[in-house]
Amino acid sequence: MAVFTRPRQVFALASVLGLALASTACSSESGTSADPDSEECAPYSDYQGNDGTEVTIYASIRDAEADLLEQSWSEFVDCTGIDIRYEGSGEFEAQLQVRVDGGNPPDIAFIPQPGLLGRFAEAGQLQAASDETRAMAEANYSEDWLAYGTVDGTFYGAPLGSNVKSFVWYSPSMFADNGWAVPETWDELIALSDDVAATGTKPWCVGVESGDATGWPATDWIEDIMLRTQTPEVYDQWTTHDIPFNDPQVAEAVDQAGSILKNEEYVNGGFGGVSSITATAFQEAGVPILDGDCALHRQASFYANQWPAGTEVAEDGDVFAFYFPTNDPSAGQPVLGGGEFTVAFADRPEVQAVQTYLASPEYANSRASLGNWVSANTGLDIANVENPIDRLSVEILQDENTTFRFDGSDLMPAAVGAGTFWRGMVDWLSGQSTEETLDYIEGSWPTS
Amino acid sequence: MYFDFAEQYPKLLMLLYGLIAFVVIVGGMLLLLDAVPSWFARRREQRLLAAGAGGGSVPVGRPRRGGEGLFGLFFLLPALLLLGIGLVIPALRTTVLSFMDGRSENWVGLENYRWMFSQDEIVQVLTNTLIWVILVPTVATAIGLLYAIMVDKARFEALAKSLVFMPMAISFVGASIIWRFVYAYRGGEQEQYGLLNYLVTLFGFEPQRWLQLNAPLNTLLLIVVMIWIQAGFAMVVLSAAIKAIPADIIEAARLDGVNAWQMFWRVTMPSIRPALIVVVVTISIATLKVFDIVRTMTNGNYDTGVIANEMYNQAFRYGQNGYGSALAVFLFVLVIPIVIYQIRNLRKQREV
Repeated sequence: MAVFTRPRQVFALASVLGLALASTACSSESGTSADPDSEECAPYSDYQGNDGTEVTIYASIRDAEADLLEQSWSEFVDCTGIDIRYEGSGEFEAQLQVRVDGGNPPDIAFIPQPGLLGRFAEAGQLQAASDETRAMAEANYSEDWLAYGTVDGTFYGAPLGSNVKSFVWYSPSMFADNGWAVPETWDELIALSDDVAATGTKPWCVGVESGDATGWPATDWIEDIMLRTQTPEVYDQWTTHDIPFNDPQVAEAVDQAGSILKNEEYVNGGFGGVSSITATAFQEAGVPILDGDCALHRQASFYANQWPAGTEVAEDGDVFAFYFPTNDPSAGQPVLGGGEFTVAFADRPEVQAVQTYLASPEYANSRASLGNWVSANTGLDIANVENPIDRLSVEILQDENTTFRFDGSDLMPAAVGAGTFWRGMVDWLSGQSTEETLDYIEGSWPTS
Repeated sequence: MYFDFAEQYPKLLMLLYGLIAFVVIVGGMLLLLDAVPSWFARRREQRLLAAGAGGGSVPVGRPRRGGEGLFGLFFLLPALLLLGIGLVIPALRTTVLSFMDGRSENWVGLENYRWMFSQDEIVQVLTNTLIWVILVPTVATAIGLLYAIMVDKARFEALAKSLVFMPMAISFVGASIIWRFVYAYRGGEQEQYGLLNYLVTLFGFEPQRWLQLNAPLNTLLLIVVMIWIQAGFAMVVLSAAIKAIPADIIEAARLDGVNAWQMFWRVTMPSIRPALIVVVVTISIATLKVFDIVRTMTNGNYDTGVIANEMYNQAFRYGQNGYGSALAVFLFVLVIPIVIYQIRNLRKQREV
């Protein structure tokens, strides 16, 4: 045979065949599954009957958090025989669109932005939630939360995890040593800031650098203060563009934020002046509190994960957080938060079963007991929440008197919420005027 | 740091699959490329033999044209197919999308292009791209050329060349992360971990927020990264071209009594001109497409955006397909003249 006249060819063919054989050898792999009729599996009986199927989930949650996620539904997987394939990506928001457009959507995605959810829903790419999923979500979540997963009257996404953003981190021991008290109104907060500044320490630590998402922590400041200077209704009009972005009411909120963020006396503890805010990574921004270089850091509940290992997060520990004070306490406690929503791109029964299960109290408790997780699920037993800040967050979320509003930039179209709002904040912190910044953002609001 | 093989098992498995796929495909193609020509050769042999047996006189000279065309097509087909799927169709689709709105639903005519030139922000992006495209090819080539001439026949030439060539081996993202540390800023009271600010404070000056300086100064600092990467490429190609200058030409010039300056302009430059053009064109196209550096270091904040980065943001992050496509088409239009110049140049060389 002419083909095998040279040893080179024989070698190439042999190696190709050999490796091909090797690859098939390790592809058969079977998991151990629990007995579906056992007592342990009783809570999952509603979801059974889809043995041997597979559901793919795509989200932005990665690394250690993703491991906890997979652990949280392992019992479900064992008892129902539905194999859940989870994939987390740092480029989730952009790649999800690419995958959907390319005809390769995941079965389920956890979308943290109602704005993005709406975009997929309006394009007809999402499956409406099944009756079971809707019933499960309605039984466990407040109307606010259900509304974020609803587009034009159709319910698409059941809420999953949540976080509370209206927190100010501080050091309890530093407060005790200096005789400072936790402020309960905006005026007290400013008075406290002045007290701290008088000691020669910059009171606030702020950092908004976050790679290609630089600027988002500043948008949280504006949103939190919008809820304090305006009514929740005005806040809603702002996020839906019923009032323009450069409305005077918005400018008022931005200026109030500026009274702290752009005050050279107040920022930026341990990092430099106002202009150092945009150069400081948000993950590092609060850490100077531990060294006493600053006293206050406004950041969400999830900042509990950012403290160096060994830092005790507790009311009498190294760090703790208090509720970001409101201008007028008699108007109630407005709370800014975020969370993700479970949406389905496929309508197979096993996909619906997973979607329904993720909205259930059983799931919320299973995930919460693994730590570092909060949900607005009313079926979540607070005894399963270990971290004191998470516990405080759950209490706030489950409190019926709380005026909860979702992160505004996540509600806005991505061109603004993940684009010009972030960039505008960076420019604003770099010295651009409030008026110029808001005009710029307003000009970028998509018309279509 | 220890590495847990058991824990990384799925990733290692994927790596193995990738390697296997690579070997299978490349091996298969090599085999095919080896087998098919020999099959054609055998056919020709048989034909010749048959002709020889029948007619007595063996026809010599060119084989039949038809067979050769088919043979050529066999090699061309995969490339044409891949070009079609990967380049031509997406390019046409992008052009169509650039005349539609953000959701690619309604026709908007030239609105996206009007937007591109009316937004201050995008005009800044276009200006930045222009700065990149002017500075990177010229400076990188100039540095590469200067270096190539300086180290030519020097004592530690190989070592000196590999030092400059090394950045070429680093990915753009990797290089950007390295330079982010160089430019890193911390407040005056703190210890500086950024190399540049460390040096600045060593001499008693205030540390600077390099990447947030006024535009276009910060763009210049980003450009340094690209030059750092590309100068090595320019140096290697130009050094090879310099070494390829026939020794008798140089000797003849020496006999004519040229000085170093004349030697450079009258002998070296004309001889390496084709290589120089290839280098400038290659770097120019790479520069127009620059994305990784800007995205990794500033993501276009502080007025440092460039077209490719803005295109990605508009189309994939903000869901504005129309704007993104218009930027993509504009970038494509910018590359065309450079490519045409390069093709004409190649053709001219062939004619000479």
